[in-house]
Amino acid sequence: MMDARDLLRSRPEGLYCPRGDFFIDPVRPVERALVTHGHADHARAGHGAVLATRETLDIMALRYGAGFAGATQEARPGEEIALAGVRVRFHPAGHVLGSAQIAVEAEGMRIVVSGDYKRSRDPTCAAFEPIPCDIFITEATFALPVFVHPPADREIGHLLASVRRFPERTHIVGAYALGKAQRLIALLREAGYEEPVYIHGALARLCAYYESAGVALGPLLPATVEGSDGAPPPGSIVVAPPSALGERWSRRFADPLLGFASGWMRIRQRARQRGVELPLIVSDHADWGELTATIGETGAAEVWITHGREEALARWCELAGIAARPLHLAGYEDEAE
Amino acid sequence: MERFAELLDRLVLTPARNGKLRLLVDHFSTVPDPDRGFCLAALTGGLDFPAVKPAMLRALVTQRVDPVLFAYSYDYVGDLAETVSLVWPASGGEARAPALSEVVARLATASRSDAPAVMAGLLDQLSPSGRFAAIKLATGGLRVGVSARLAKQALAVFGGVAVQEIEELWHGLEPPYTGLFAWLEGRAAKPENAMAAPFRPVMLAHPVAEAELSQLDASAYAAEWKWDGIRVQAVAQGGIRRLYSRSGDDISAAFPDLVGAMEFAGALDGELLVGDPKEGTGTFSDLQQRLNRKTVSRAMLARYPVFMRCYDLLVAEGRDARTLPYAERRALLSDFVAALPAARFDLSPEVPFACWRELDEKRRNPPHPVIEGVMLKRRDSPYLAGRPKGPWFKWKRDPYTVDAVLMYAQRGHGKRSSFYSDYTFGVWSGPAEAPVLVPVGKAYFGFTDAELKEIDKYVRDNTVERFGPVRAVRAEPGRGLVLEVAFEGLNRSTRHKSGLAMRFPRIARLRWDKPPGEADRIEALRALLPPG
Repeated sequence: MMDARDLLRSRPEGLYCPRGDFFIDPVRPVERALVTHGHADHARAGHGAVLATRETLDIMALRYGAGFAGATQEARPGEEIALAGVRVRFHPAGHVLGSAQIAVEAEGMRIVVSGDYKRSRDPTCAAFEPIPCDIFITEATFALPVFVHPPADREIGHLLASVRRFPERTHIVGAYALGKAQRLIALLREAGYEEPVYIHGALARLCAYYESAGVALGPLLPATVEGSDGAPPPGSIVVAPPSALGERWSRRFADPLLGFASGWMRIRQRARQRGVELPLIVSDHADWGELTATIGETGAAEVWITHGREEALARWCELAGIAARPLHLAGYEDEAE
Repeated sequence: MERFAELLDRLVLTPARNGKLRLLVDHFSTVPDPDRGFCLAALTGGLDFPAVKPAMLRALVTQRVDPVLFAYSYDYVGDLAETVSLVWPASGGEARAPALSEVVARLATASRSDAPAVMAGLLDQLSPSGRFAAIKLATGGLRVGVSARLAKQALAVFGGVAVQEIEELWHGLEPPYTGLFAWLEGRAAKPENAMAAPFRPVMLAHPVAEAELSQLDASAYAAEWKWDGIRVQAVAQGGIRRLYSRSGDDISAAFPDLVGAMEFAGALDGELLVGDPKEGTGTFSDLQQRLNRKTVSRAMLARYPVFMRCYDLLVAEGRDARTLPYAERRALLSDFVAALPAARFDLSPEVPFACWRELDEKRRNPPHPVIEGVMLKRRDSPYLAGRPKGPWFKWKRDPYTVDAVLMYAQRGHGKRSSFYSDYTFGVWSGPAEAPVLVPVGKAYFGFTDAELKEIDKYVRDNTVERFGPVRAVRAEPGRGLVLEVAFEGLNRSTRHKSGLAMRFPRIARLRWDKPPGEADRIEALRALLPPG
């Protein structure tokens, strides 16, 4: 059997396939990049060629402009693509719209790069499919046994209960602009919330894109209108990128109550440090149980672990008798959520 | 248990006092007896389960979770109770969570040997929030930012009564306080305080503005020095002796020297001070050595003896004196104190004055550094609970001020969460040709909303470094913002680099006009330190 390092190895630019001469989610501009999903630390502008799902290519174009790469190629889910003697296939990762795992295969060896993923239900994107493989490269954002994400509808229930209890306060919920914000809104609609949801300007194009891709988000209104001091009525739900929460932008709202939708909200001190009154444990990453169950389902004999708490997941693999090693890839945001 | 756990979760994340109050009132209104009563007991420190210790929890959890994974988790989370509550494996038994009262009963009856099994059984039955609450409950110290006083305030709001009524009753009550709740809900008569030596609500004073004084008749008031110790009430009755803080907490255990000398029958109001009344009065820093201690060593008792400087007499020989006018109480007090051990009790002297100007002169030049102003008491006023407007006033010494330079700003909470509203300021130290700023305090009020906006903008425009919610701002001799800080006094401190700690600092003025290089030096503050 071939040496796994001839199929994938880490380089300063990112994960590299020597045999196929391409990178996966490189953090610096390269000739040929395969991109798992549209979050900025995985999808960067300036590559010679990008191979990704239709949605990821669209999202990159929305964020970076149409000329974000020299050339682009769409990877359809499950379709086999040959790249210089290496076969690659994209499979849904359940992280955000268009997110994919990438299976890389040659000479009977298959490595699956998970990208970021989750296993819990998400009405805004296709569900993760476990792909049998020899080596599974997993993310480890929430790889500690303390991270157990409760069902998202329970968290949405907390938000709606708070709105009922504090009808005079504007509920501003921090949620990442790509994926989390749309999932949150879609979950609110599933829970029967029919009022307009007010969105920060940074979310507008991505929400419109999700709608065009068939994800219904219901009535959305801009949270703030340029040249106007008008604010949404008290008791409204406003969704904004987390960076806007503590900023001057948030001052115009009636007695704002800050919420934050993130897996980190499982830890009280995290919520307290950020001044969050309403923590919502809603994550687009796998929790401890999902990570460990997924490793088992892939049947991988070996696990490589990237960005997050590698050491804890490596310890779990050791106890489970699975070979594991941390893959020290630079450039991914530890706080990614 | 889940309601109690949810309350703790929300209290942790609700910074505003009014928000906390609302959560508590809501809880008392919607949770039935006896659970709300046990919740109240947990918040006011009325429960103690000595059989459960943190080391035991650690041993328990590592029987269920790999010790290495637990260690990684604890490193990450930082709080033992929270880590255990989060990593404890769910057993599926959460459907039948025990009520708070049941948890209390099980913990209270656990012996040291069966406590681990009792605790493990509870953790198996609870959700993560419930586990956190159970561990905090069992190990004591909820740390959710609710004082016993705030909990009593919430009861007062809930029942529509004055908080002093609750404080007066408090020490005669036992968890789960069903009689108290029945009264507050109008279903039963007010519980009678059957306890010996009960607390009586303290009479407090309003600050007086100089403009107000001209409206007042000087001859109707007596004046006394305002001593800078802690206000206490000493009650001895039927062989029981208790020393209370001004909010009714029993602090007898920390002051056995004073309690041992309470050879009287009655209730006295006064100031607890360090020293010997005949020899001299110690500073507030000396007094701090004796505060917040559960027990006190013999060396401490010898080095920092306490005594009580008496202000008022509430009960004498079984007779309630509170309805008598101040002048009559004062005469009784004078006789009463004369019969007490002179090393532990003395009479707070009156300050004679003919007109406000004369008193002002004395106020500005007090004969002792532990005096922080004068008290005015209407001669014909009874002793009333709370802070009635009119009979008592405090006229404080003018605060000290210092010109300091803004060094760091931190984002506030609640309505201020988008503002940099908490300011760390420093004064110059080191050689005059190369001065460096040393932080001397932190203040987060004293400015108007408009000034807050100006400072916030200044902070954002002059940030040199960011540390999470904190920003370091430009602070050099030629560039920076000078804050005039008012404060009530200085203590020596080993916890601060500057070696001093300010009491009650607040922003008095923004000195946009003043170059930072002309702000004060540390030597100016050190000169104000008490000797020692």
